[in-house]
Amino acid sequence: METTSAVLMKQVTKRFGEVIANDGVDLELRRGEILSLLGENGSGKTTLMNMLSGIYFPDGGQIYVNGQAVSICCPRDAFDLGIGMIHQHFKLVDVFTAAENIVLGLTGEGKLDRKAIAAKVKDIADKYGFDIDPNQKIYDMSVSQKQTVEIVKVLYRGADILILDEPTAVLTPQETDKLFAVMRNMKADGKALVIITHKLHEVMDVSDRVAVLRKGKFIGDVSTCDTDPQKLTDMMVGRAVELNIDCPKAGQTTERIEIQHLTVKDKDGVPRLSDVSFTARGGEILGIAGIAGSGQKQLLEAIAGLQLCEPGSHILYKDENWNPDAPADDPENAKHVHDLIGKSPLDIMKMGVALSFVPEDRLGMGLVANMDLTDNMLLRSYLSGRGVFADRKKPKKLAETVVDELEVVTPSVATQIRKLSGGNVQKVLVGREIAMNPTVLMSAYAVRGLDINTSYTIYNLMTEQKLKGVAVIYVGEDLDVLLELCDRIVVLCGGQVSGVVSREEATKEGIGLLMTQFRKEGAAS
Amino acid sequence: MSKPETACGTSACSTSEPLIHISKRVGISRKKSWLIRGAALVLALVLSGLIIFSIVHLNPLKVYEAMFQGAFGTTRRSWVTIRDAMMMLCIAVGLAPAFKMRFWNIGAEGQILVGGIATAACMIYLGGSLPTPALLLVMLVVSMVAGGVWGLIPGVFKARWGTNETLFTLMMNYVAIQLTSFAVSKWENPAGSNSVGVINQLTKDGWFPSVFGQAYMLNVIIVLVIAVLMYSYLKYSKQGYEIAVVGDSENTARYAGINVRKVYIRTMLLSGAICGVAGFLAVSGSSHTISTSTAGGRGFTAIIVAWLSKFNTFVMILFSFLLLFLEKGAVEIASRYNLNNFVSDIITGILLFCILGSEFFISYKVSFRRKRGASCPVGRADA
Repeated sequence: METTSAVLMKQVTKRFGEVIANDGVDLELRRGEILSLLGENGSGKTTLMNMLSGIYFPDGGQIYVNGQAVSICCPRDAFDLGIGMIHQHFKLVDVFTAAENIVLGLTGEGKLDRKAIAAKVKDIADKYGFDIDPNQKIYDMSVSQKQTVEIVKVLYRGADILILDEPTAVLTPQETDKLFAVMRNMKADGKALVIITHKLHEVMDVSDRVAVLRKGKFIGDVSTCDTDPQKLTDMMVGRAVELNIDCPKAGQTTERIEIQHLTVKDKDGVPRLSDVSFTARGGEILGIAGIAGSGQKQLLEAIAGLQLCEPGSHILYKDENWNPDAPADDPENAKHVHDLIGKSPLDIMKMGVALSFVPEDRLGMGLVANMDLTDNMLLRSYLSGRGVFADRKKPKKLAETVVDELEVVTPSVATQIRKLSGGNVQKVLVGREIAMNPTVLMSAYAVRGLDINTSYTIYNLMTEQKLKGVAVIYVGEDLDVLLELCDRIVVLCGGQVSGVVSREEATKEGIGLLMTQFRKEGAAS
Repeated sequence: MSKPETACGTSACSTSEPLIHISKRVGISRKKSWLIRGAALVLALVLSGLIIFSIVHLNPLKVYEAMFQGAFGTTRRSWVTIRDAMMMLCIAVGLAPAFKMRFWNIGAEGQILVGGIATAACMIYLGGSLPTPALLLVMLVVSMVAGGVWGLIPGVFKARWGTNETLFTLMMNYVAIQLTSFAVSKWENPAGSNSVGVINQLTKDGWFPSVFGQAYMLNVIIVLVIAVLMYSYLKYSKQGYEIAVVGDSENTARYAGINVRKVYIRTMLLSGAICGVAGFLAVSGSSHTISTSTAGGRGFTAIIVAWLSKFNTFVMILFSFLLLFLEKGAVEIASRYNLNNFVSDIITGILLFCILGSEFFISYKVSFRRKRGASCPVGRADA
């Protein structure tokens, strides 16, 4: 195999104010290989790649492309050098077709020759094994199709150095396999690929070489065949890390939340959840699996009182005094069952239901980005106490406790939340929600974008809550984690429950199939 | 890898590195930020000095002195400046809660006018029949209600139907101007003058009384009390916290159990009511008349004051005085040196530009490209 150097970064340094994001990084990328870039949150992976794709300009060091010293001042420079980056968040125009998005921004003749473009797109697709319809509108596409458009877009522009920033975060196992097949085809064609991912098994699966960054510094690179996940983690973290989720089996469990025929429609009348029924039990972790956008968000928000639900839906909360053994029509027992449908978050709080919720959108829903840690702790308790003034003493103490116990890296509790890194933001949010002593703890993508160390902290906190008898509902995307962490898994597909499996009987493939099942049936009919 | 070293130093490296780097500051000491603001002020004075010297051939120092004379030259002038600054402060304080909620209330003009109409109506219809303290109290309440309603309407529409508050509040200004014209025609005095004239000129019913021997002391007291109350309301109260959360993210507010609609409506009622008080100050506390120019664009200028102070009501005092100083000074130099308004507008423009611009340098750090040759550092070090 040819192994000429495609990109060479020498002593590349980038500072943001006081923070050194990249500190003298040396990195080589060769033609015909897939390089995994690995590192914890804030280790500078994305910054490094952004310098390659022209979004940032390095403060020091030199970048060579194909052996030539270059300076990449803007994304267009990167294009001209054949460097293309597929960002984590897609940058596509929804109402345009795939082909229109692909040629968007390219200079050319006044007339748009749709046929020629479609033909060229088809050529690229056939060459590498993409599945793409040039005339399909973006809004009709699944996440994985949109990603395909993004990749074809950079190939269309002649890129032969591709950077993929966490491409698998939103894909099912099957879609991931498809993506990896395409990546291998591109590799065979002599292209150089960089993949940023947190999932070690994918690193082992797809890449030829692994480069590790830690706190902005280049730690080293190894051939994938000479290493294993444990060694990589140790390189990343800088010390040995236990890679098992310590998750004892659930002991005594009691019914806590019973969801019956839950149906939610969005403001256009499109059903996002249809007739969902399941039970969450205190003392167990209930996993929710599904492709992104299968109704997970609506489900949790419905329970939290943030969604309008259709008539006939019931979310029954059974409090501590509810007796599971009493006969169904016992009027005394029925008093301890509360329907949360139609209740606002404030109503739910006033009913004495201790419901904690770690939403997917941390800064847009769970926290106030422009407020400091203390004021964010206050969010859940500002109404407590008499008088018109809010008590900030207790929240301040709580903020200090959370910072201490969860090792939040922050200058002080008076620092604005938006200045913290993603992992620390999440710790603050989870810390606050757990401090409410909940009976139900819901979390959506609690470890998305978090490094291994922080992820395990979060897993352990969830398990701790479960052992305390809390009903934990964990919406996740990494099936390996779901299988290890959860006692039962509800699989959502297109807003419907396509299966409920217990930990013993669940397999990754089985869940992957359930995740896509309804959609395929829907498409066929 | 021996070739690239020669390729470096020539074209690729030194020519195309961006000339200016702009990076966000992580944190800046209070001292340094005030230093930057001070430097901006000096720069502004120097710049406008150059312009004064080169265009109108006057001694800039003399011109500045005249500006100061215009604002604080005599006791009477000082008090007029203070009175007008307090009026400006009152409006800015009224805008603060709305802006903190990210509700772009640009309808202060209208809210001032309806507050003024309500005040004038009280003076005309109740003057003489109520003792002064009671009359003042009634006027205060009525002007707050009028201004509050004027703020409430866009608030309710935004909360219920999600209308755009910027357009809505702006339109409400024109409605208020028409209402004022109507009021003026109704209360015309003397007939045919197309103005209300000074209301109760002889009896002085409904005029602010002198306090501590100063005609405008009551203005100062009322506005400062409102400013202090607003400061603690926004900073320490539960409702103030709700306003801040709604302003940052409606979703977070709903998540935390805050009734977003209620907060919109309540806050706009408050905002409008305080702007209504400004109308009360304008009519009863200074001009003793009402016309379509009673608000005089101050509802818009106060937006600058509120933003520059980042909604801190105490910093607003500073900026209210600054803007008033510029305004009064401009009038003075225009009349003393027989200049037209443009020169003073230029000076005001330069000052505001520099002060606003300094905020950019407080949030961002600008560094220029290092000298040629040095710009291609490490790659060649081993050559």
